[in-house]
Formats: sequence, structure tokens, C-alpha cells
Amino acid sequence: MITAERKPMEELIGYLEPHQRILLVGCNECVTVCAAGGRKEVGLLSSALQMAFMKTGKVLEIKELTLERQCDPEYVEELVSQIDGVDAVLSMACGCGVQEIARRFKNKPVFPAVNTSFMGASERQGVWVERCQGCGDCVLGITGGVCPIARCSKRLLNGPCGGSTDGKCEINPEIDCAWHLIWERMKVLGMEKSYEQIMPAKDWRTNRDGGPRKIVREDLAL
Amino acid sequence: MKTNSKLEKILNTGSLAVTSECGPPRGAVPEKIQEKARMLKGYVDAINVTDNQTAVVRMSSMAACIFIRQMGLDPILQMVTRDRNRLAMQSDILGAYSHGIDTMLCLSGDHPQFGDHPMAANVYDIDSVQFVQMVKKMRDKGKFQGGDDIENPPKMFIGAAANPFADPFELRVLRLAKKVAAGVDFIQTQCVYNLDKFERWMAQVRERGLDKKVYILAGITPMKSAGMAKYMKKRVPGMDVPDELVERISGVPKEKQAEEGLKIAVESIQRLKEVDGVSGFHIMAIEWEEKVPEIVERAGLLPRPEV
Repeated sequence: MITAERKPMEELIGYLEPHQRILLVGCNECVTVCAAGGRKEVGLLSSALQMAFMKTGKVLEIKELTLERQCDPEYVEELVSQIDGVDAVLSMACGCGVQEIARRFKNKPVFPAVNTSFMGASERQGVWVERCQGCGDCVLGITGGVCPIARCSKRLLNGPCGGSTDGKCEINPEIDCAWHLIWERMKVLGMEKSYEQIMPAKDWRTNRDGGPRKIVREDLAL
Repeated sequence: MKTNSKLEKILNTGSLAVTSECGPPRGAVPEKIQEKARMLKGYVDAINVTDNQTAVVRMSSMAACIFIRQMGLDPILQMVTRDRNRLAMQSDILGAYSHGIDTMLCLSGDHPQFGDHPMAANVYDIDSVQFVQMVKKMRDKGKFQGGDDIENPPKMFIGAAANPFADPFELRVLRLAKKVAAGVDFIQTQCVYNLDKFERWMAQVRERGLDKKVYILAGITPMKSAGMAKYMKKRVPGMDVPDELVERISGVPKEKQAEEGLKIAVESIQRLKEVDGVSGFHIMAIEWEEKVPEIVERAGLLPRPEV
């Protein structure tokens, strides 16, 4: 899933200062799972903002709404009936959701309430870790199911650098050395020989380096 | 011979090679690099010039290499994949070779987190193994990594690093094997303090016949003080400093610790000279370059061969 964290209150207050009536929109997908921008967080942020503004003597009117999926035009359309009565939208979705609202409602300011972080998985309750960088050409089949691009700090493709110590990355002992994990998996799976194959320089065109990416599925197009 | 590199010529004669390194200055002060290089003249065969080492901005390795070249000495251009993509790296290689620089060391580089610009984007377009492949393709096939022909291809003698002490140990020789398969000509190792472990690693290197395919220069860094020994042991990633060594240098009075550090360096070289497959030494005296001549002399590595 896409993970996110709520922005600091001061930043949000800065965005909203010139406005009186706000539509605060959550999303029921990834940001709900990582507890950053779902229905519950919409309620919490709404009260926190109202209280913060009340201290300055300003009444901020907030309409709360949580869409099924903010990155999908079909659901964003549900905002049509709400949008006229507000000065601005504060979105608690990932950057995709924020942009979908901006695209649909061209004359309405929209502000992000969260920082979209990474594609990750839940390691344990309350902890999410990066697992995928969306490079567009998955290597997990030859790296034992552990991604060196997302999980090696130097995205090395041919083994651990000289800084790997006790299975940990040189930049932070909290980070596992991806190549240590890969090697352990390779041993279990009997893939040691494949480690010796040189992985050639990657073609980063499928990554963001080839420009903004797009998937077109003719079979699904209406 | 693949190149005109002096280092290649010396290694090719079978004599032990000696290299050292200079860190370029943190400012536009060419005199500093010239002064460091002058101290090494006649004592080493080639001088590594680091590339923003520890991810701290310094004068560019290529510029500093040119100054050293102009002094009639032999620089080794270090280049890391951290700061440049493959376009920038290849163009710098052409530029360096055009200035008579014919030996280089291909590294991935320390992560920016360690340096003075932790906020910088890191590039890592390619890794060190792919880097070696790229330079070899430029030299032997006369082609850029992207496939186009090069006019007057750069004939670089290609080096890379190896750390026999990082984890997992069983991968260390395999990683060297990959660099050899990629086409590396010489290896400079991480500083060797744990000689027993280094010898175990070399035994595995010989077992796979890698010592016949690549020249291995053992890394030597003299300790200036007990404080430095403790720092290296605890704080430098991938460094293996045995307790006995820390105890030995801590056991002498402070004013004699530097001499003890030099003694350890000289003894290490003398023991490693006997190790089959060791083709020379890379003496990295960090901000202590003036001691390199003394180490080389005391270790019996003089005179340097003329080629």
C-alpha cells in the first residue's frame, strides 16, 4: 500500500488561514490502513483544526467527508454537491487523491494534509516499512523475493557493499542489509549459483527516469 | 599489456606494487594536492585521488589527478557511482584519459548520509560491478555503455575495492569473483588489521583461482593513536580492528602511540608480503601522508622499480 503521515499542524494552519469554509476529505484506501487519512483521522484533524483556530478567535467551518477512493474520478464526483459551499479542500489522501481533486475542481484550492511517503508493508502494529519503488521492471524473481532497489540504501544490484555489518546497513543499524536478506533467502532456496550471475546495469526508463509513466490497457478501455 | 598504466607495468613485472592516496582539498587550493603528491614522489608507484570521500565535498578527483599528472606522477582516478549517472561518468573518463590519466578505481561510494550534504539526492545509476563492466567495454570494445562507438577509446587500467571484513563473510569472495568476471584488473582492499581473517579470505581467493586473474593490493592504514584505533573499531562501517591491536597501541604512552602505529603497519606489510596472491600494498595514511615514505622504506619496499 501507499503509506503517508500527517503533516505538522503549523503547516496546515498556514494553508487554511485565508479560508473560512473547508471541505476535509479522507480516503478509505491505503491512508485508512496506515492510519493517516481515513474517516477516523478526518474526525481527529477536524477537531484539532477547529480548536487551533478558535484560540485565534476564528471559526473555521469544516465539512467532513471520506471517499471510497480519492484517486478514482468516479468517487471524486461525489464531491460535486459539496464543493460550491466551501473555499478550499483539505485532502487527507495520498498525492494521487489530492491531484485528482485538483483536476476535477479547477477553480478550488486543494491542500495536502499528509506527506505521501512510500510503498510499503506493515512490519508490525504501527510500523510500516518501504518495500517497493515501482521501478517498473521487477527483479524479485531473481533476488529471492527481497528487493535491492527499494531496500538497499545504494540500490546495488550485485551484492552488499563493504559497509554491511551483522546483517545491518551502514547508514543505520535499524535498517536490514537487503543483500544480507537476499543471500539468506538464496541459501534456503538453493539459489547460490544465481548470485554469481552479474545483474547488468538497469534500464531506468521504466522507472520515473523515463518521464511520468502511464499504463494503457486497450482491452479495458471503454 | 592492456594499457599504458605504470601500475599495470609494475604489476606485470611481478614486483610488489605500492600505491598511496591523497584526499583533495576542501577548497580551490591546488598547492595542497601538489604538496601531498610531492611527499610521495619516488616512494609509491601511483597515487589514488579520492572522489568526495565520506560523501564530503572536495576538489574533484579528476582536477586533482590532472595536477598530479602535470607533476609527472601517476594518479589513480577514483570515481564513485553515488554522485554521477552513467553519462557524467563516461564523459569524465574521456576527459581524464585525454589528460593522460590511465588508471582508475571504480567504487559505489559512501552514502550521502555520512557526509556534509546528507540532503543531497544520491544517484547510484549503476553499481561498482556494472561500473567495471562499463569501463572495460569502453576500453576493449571501444563502445559507450549505450552502445555507440568511441573515437579513441580510453585505455584505463581498471581497479575496484574489496572488503574482506564486511558481512556476510561467505559473500566476500563471491563478490570479488563478480568483479573479476566483470573485468577488473586490480583490487585495493579495505584496511587490513585482522591479518588472520585476511589470510583466510586470501585462501578462499586462491581456492577459486582469483589471484591468477586479478592483482590484489592489501590496504594498510597506520594508526596515529589509541583513540584512532578505538574509533576505527567502533565507528567505521566494515572495519575489523582486533582487540589485541587496540590493547597494543593503548599499552604504550601517548607520545609513543604514533610510532607504535607505524610499527604495526610495517609489521603487517612484512607478514602480508609472504601471503601468496598479494601483489602489493595500498597505503592509506589518512591526513598523515608524510609518513608514507617512512613506512615504505621500513617495510623494505624501496627502491621502487623503474618501468
